[in-house]
Amino acid sequence: MPALLQIARRPGGGFALFAVTVICLVAIAAPLIAPYGPNAIAPAKRLMDPSFQHLLGTDHLGRDILSRLIYGSRVALGVALSVIAISLIAGVTLGIAAALSPRAVDFSIVGIFDIVTAFPSMILALALVAVLGPGLGNVVLLVSIVFIPHFGRVARAQTVALRNSPFIEAERVLGAERWRVILHHVTPNIIGPIFVLACMDIPVVITIEAGLSFLGLGVRPPLASWGSLLNDGYTYLEQSIWLATFSGLALILATLGFALLGEAMRDTLDPKLRKHL
Amino acid sequence: MRGAPLRIHLAFKLATALLAVAGSVVILMALTRLIPGDPATVILGSRATPEAVAALNARIGLDRPVGEHVLVFFAHLLSGDLGEDVFNGRPVAGLVAAALPNTVALAFSAMLSAILFGVPLALLSARNPGGKTDRVVAFLSVGFISTPSFVVAVFLLMTFSVTLRWFPVLGAGEAGAVGDQLWHLVLPTAALAVGWIGYIARLLRSSLLEVLGENHIRTLRAYGVSEAKILMKYALKPAILPTIAILAMGFGELLGGAVFVEVIFNRPGLGSLIYDAIRTRNYPVVQGGVFITVLLYVLTNLSADLTQTLLDPRERSRLAAARGT
Repeated sequence: MPALLQIARRPGGGFALFAVTVICLVAIAAPLIAPYGPNAIAPAKRLMDPSFQHLLGTDHLGRDILSRLIYGSRVALGVALSVIAISLIAGVTLGIAAALSPRAVDFSIVGIFDIVTAFPSMILALALVAVLGPGLGNVVLLVSIVFIPHFGRVARAQTVALRNSPFIEAERVLGAERWRVILHHVTPNIIGPIFVLACMDIPVVITIEAGLSFLGLGVRPPLASWGSLLNDGYTYLEQSIWLATFSGLALILATLGFALLGEAMRDTLDPKLRKHL
Repeated sequence: MRGAPLRIHLAFKLATALLAVAGSVVILMALTRLIPGDPATVILGSRATPEAVAALNARIGLDRPVGEHVLVFFAHLLSGDLGEDVFNGRPVAGLVAAALPNTVALAFSAMLSAILFGVPLALLSARNPGGKTDRVVAFLSVGFISTPSFVVAVFLLMTFSVTLRWFPVLGAGEAGAVGDQLWHLVLPTAALAVGWIGYIARLLRSSLLEVLGENHIRTLRAYGVSEAKILMKYALKPAILPTIAILAMGFGELLGGAVFVEVIFNRPGLGSLIYDAIRTRNYPVVQGGVFITVLLYVLTNLSADLTQTLLDPRERSRLAAARGT
């Protein structure tokens, strides 16, 4: 796997691969490695300091912080990956469609992208979640909409650069159908930068989900998200600093890990992208 | 859009901006209708009398069709009326006007400190690209950019207010006492500025390196001008243009990002106004607050566009060319 080795050699790349691997493994193996149930309440043991029994201490309901953080990784990764998958597929489809359609269609799609990006996304997501009601489903839906233009713009620009290249014209002359040109020739050629963009967007989505959950607009209790854990920790900061500390560190590890991985990937795959992404 | 006359370009930007503002209102109002059950019942509770519910619906405008509701909102807006607080009947415009200065002060001081720390970091790392300082700054920048502002805010609060007790925990300080207000501003500013420090350091570094590779810099070096003078006097000026544009846009973003910082430090402001209104389902306040925030965001972005055009001689000459002069 030469690509992975190259990524590991970039500054911060080794750390990035390590952090991302650990988080993914933890999310997958959560039920196996969590020492307690994430929602097991023990009122007698509330706000305990770290000990051998509870490695990272307990929260205000006596729940084991480590176990809740472990399960929190599932929410963070689950939301991030679903948002990225939805907005990537929708964005790339719209972007390619815009580039290969008549001007009027192209213009309207780009116009819609412009309007969506003209919104302050955080405030709007906040207001919309407020109206629709809290819940992970709504968060995924709304944040996906915000990210569609992100992928759409890059896909469109790439396709525009590609659409008149000789090999695409040759395909057309040979009588290849439109969908065949798109699926077999356009998509594989534009997908590299889009994957890099996807990786760089993961920390942003994790931040938005955690932020909404911090404000009580994301996950519903007792489900643990790093954001809602940070809020619990913030609420009881005067009594115990452990929950706030560890959930904040988990968030930093995840966002920093994915951000560094995205950059290492960008530099490895195509140094020319540095300017554009 | 490249090569299109600038006036048309700006007209498009303006049209998009207005559409976005109007769109946000329409979306908010339309979605309010989708709430399961009746918003007025949700606000008043299930034991409210039908008369009270009907009266509240009429006051918020929910007894009208959504199109009419939106039109009424804009009609009232022309006379500076953003609606009324559901609970105490106070005008939303007044609430927003009272909250706004706090948020603007916070965003300004965050931007200022971001420049104050970000620019020197960029200069330090551009002085010797690939060197030790450069690598440290690069790592710091990524760390600063990727750490969520609410994590920074909670950590700052935990360290300096709760543990060390150097700074006040909550609030914006006593009205009128400037020193006290500034003191209350320090930690929130730091929380909001950290990401932007990293961002500026990084952006300015790369445009500095680009400028430093140009011919006129080589000529200056050949004339024996000192590296420090080249960096500070000749490279910084052209290199800082794109950064200024990003900063102007960032200001709008800061207004939105202020929600967390305001909630965490319990500061009065636009963000905490909207947040509290969301929690109490005070829809007119949510609509008014979000409307003003979107408006400010869109306007700052628009002026960022204009600033860049006016500051960059190349863009100016394109403008002149488009005019046919």
